Amino acid sequence: MSDFQIKKSSTVYDAIVVGSGAGGGMAAYVLANAGQKVLMLEAGQYFDPRLDSHQLKWPWESPRRGAGTTRPFGDFDASYGGWELDGEPYTKKDKTEFEWFRSRMLGGRTNHWGRISLRMGPEDFKPTDGLTDDWPITYEEVKPFYDKVDRMIGIYGTVEGIKNEPDGIFMKPPKPRLNELFIKKGAEKAGVKVIAGRGAVMTEAIKGNNDRAPCFYCGQCGRGCKVYGDFSASSCLVIPAVSTGNLTVITDAMVREVITNKDGTAKGVSYVNRKDLQEYQVNAKLVILGASACESARILLNSKSSAHPNGLANNSGVVGKYLHDSTGASVSGFLPQLMDRKRYNEDGLGSIHIYSPWWLDNKNLDFPRGYHIEYGGGMRMPSYGFGGGVSTMAGMVPDKNGKMKDEGGYGLALKEDQRRFYGTGVGMAGRGTAIAREDNYCEIDPNVVDKYGIPVLTFHYKWAKEEVLQAKHMQETFLSIMKEMGGVVTSKIHGPETNYGLEAPGKIIHEVGTIRMGDNPTKSALNKYCQAHDCKNLFVVDAGPFVQQGDKNATWTILALAMRTAEYILSEKKKQNI
Amino acid sequence: MNRRDSLKAIGLTALSTTVLVAACKPSSEKEEVAAAGKEAGREPWETDRDKKLNSETFFTKHEMATITVLADIIIPKDSVSGSASDAKVPEFIEFIVKDMPEHQVPMRGGLKWLDIQCFNRYEKAFIEANSKEQISIIDEIAYPKKAKPEMQAGVAFFNRMRSLTTSGFYTTEIGIKDIGYVGNVPNQWDGVPTEVLKHYGMENVTI
Repeated sequence: MSDFQIKKSSTVYDAIVVGSGAGGGMAAYVLANAGQKVLMLEAGQYFDPRLDSHQLKWPWESPRRGAGTTRPFGDFDASYGGWELDGEPYTKKDKTEFEWFRSRMLGGRTNHWGRISLRMGPEDFKPTDGLTDDWPITYEEVKPFYDKVDRMIGIYGTVEGIKNEPDGIFMKPPKPRLNELFIKKGAEKAGVKVIAGRGAVMTEAIKGNNDRAPCFYCGQCGRGCKVYGDFSASSCLVIPAVSTGNLTVITDAMVREVITNKDGTAKGVSYVNRKDLQEYQVNAKLVILGASACESARILLNSKSSAHPNGLANNSGVVGKYLHDSTGASVSGFLPQLMDRKRYNEDGLGSIHIYSPWWLDNKNLDFPRGYHIEYGGGMRMPSYGFGGGVSTMAGMVPDKNGKMKDEGGYGLALKEDQRRFYGTGVGMAGRGTAIAREDNYCEIDPNVVDKYGIPVLTFHYKWAKEEVLQAKHMQETFLSIMKEMGGVVTSKIHGPETNYGLEAPGKIIHEVGTIRMGDNPTKSALNKYCQAHDCKNLFVVDAGPFVQQGDKNATWTILALAMRTAEYILSEKKKQNI
Repeated sequence: MNRRDSLKAIGLTALSTTVLVAACKPSSEKEEVAAAGKEAGREPWETDRDKKLNSETFFTKHEMATITVLADIIIPKDSVSGSASDAKVPEFIEFIVKDMPEHQVPMRGGLKWLDIQCFNRYEKAFIEANSKEQISIIDEIAYPKKAKPEMQAGVAFFNRMRSLTTSGFYTTEIGIKDIGYVGNVPNQWDGVPTEVLKHYGMENVTI
């Protein structure tokens, strides 16, 4: 007799949520707090920042001194994952590029993200240039949910009244560091506006929340926060939702497909346990996918049945299409004025202290849609790679006696130079709107399965002139800011041969748009509440439903939309519509 | 939870770095014991990989001796701090070439290149040369723009060796004290100190 069997549970939950990141976490939080019995399936392992964060560790506590050998953002970074996962491949079509970052852990990628929390604006939902499709919803419809997310999770920033950069309900922002004051002055001379950052870090207590404490300024949000001072879906949504008694979480549960009834409605989900490789099937009255834009698309495309021959929620054929990631390009260098600077603790907080929201009118430019600029630098904790550039920098500016010296060196002079240049670094990175295009997509690769036997995604993604010209503009802007503040550029200055430093798609980890919402069921997978047109008890709450991302990082919008969808589910249940 | 309670909860009540280091170590050891084999915040494959790397040896005794001499030429002891070998930089380099195998051939080959150079000039291996002899070769590979074309292989090796040495040195307690990084401790960030603002004429710049 074969050992192979599928373990079927007789429990029928009110809802199954696939994925525990921003979207899945928020949906589960709202439903569990409303008394719904919810089952959450997370493909990765359990992670609680209070226990598992590497916060406040010193570089020597890592044998590789914090290098990124096994984790792309370094040994102390919170993410269990990366662009490559052992046994979970993806492929690329037609020699195009796409890099797919996955975190296999409770809370997903919210554990290590930059906490930069920007609302999409009125023109992001309803673009005025006619180049891309409108969302079926307006900023005004989403605003109340952004407001609720602000109050519930906590965000700092300043009220600015910029039309397409809507203000939120802000805690006090962190004060700028010294290099950020130089940036502010230089950027203004270059005609670039600089305002206080906006981030999901508690700079003040949240009344009535005894589980989370305000930031203590170690600057290490990327490692996860032991006092839950920043937003992670693990610490702020899933773990609190479990404590309601209404949410059950199963980790190491890699979802294979959504199972449907004969009438085409969702019945449940099948998954494989990553540890013991046993197969399971669990059932619920409705299924909510929050596995990430591409992973949810993969699950839908793999959920084929006689009722859904094209994959679930895919009568329109759009699932997987319109994939887009933010554009990204950067420049770095140093500020000679800061050489031999006084030492003090300027760790600050781990998200952005300042940024530049998009400040120009595209009518006067040769590309559509804007970008924002994030800035970095200062007296940071040394880690692998520290000091490697100093011998080059020492050859770029006069020494203490006003003489130019040769690049390179060693010995006492090198030690002196290390002290001299420490904390002079400065960097800037653009994050811009990429156009959602039907021919940038992911689909199932018919020839390849992962180690669990699940067919994998293949990607087809090309940047077009809109994105390349935007990156060119970023480079020119960054160089002009560097010049105006008296900085010396040390990074490579990119030309057309490298698309002006435009990062490969997927590298910015803001991929969205693969399960788009819309009013027309022949052109979209979901309605404006993220409910599948073709399957009334199926919802998607990650970044899949995005029609067109602005230059804003996706998380705050994922949270607002997931909350809105969960509230819609509750109201539809009350009306007995689902 | 207020700030004091929350810091207590993670075992941090004092703001002094030395106390902090002492406080952190036993707690992480406790966690390891409690989880019986599962290291907090690490995937099991990462822990296994580190164990495997630590059980292997890459460099020969002669290579390690050469690395030690070179590291101390790059970072010697001075009035502020100790030398690279005081900070156990050679041991770090032994680990990192196993962690990042792309360093292995350039390091092994570069060390050999250096010995051959030294032998051709002085008929002895680099570590057996006197410091004047050693420095005469180093001076020809330590300044990339001045180096002769035939010394390029040595320049590439020395650049790598210098980077690994600074990586290894400034990520230790000795190196961090030298460089003057004073963070990684719970605090209240209240902006740039007034005297620093004044020094740079930044008192009136606001965001």
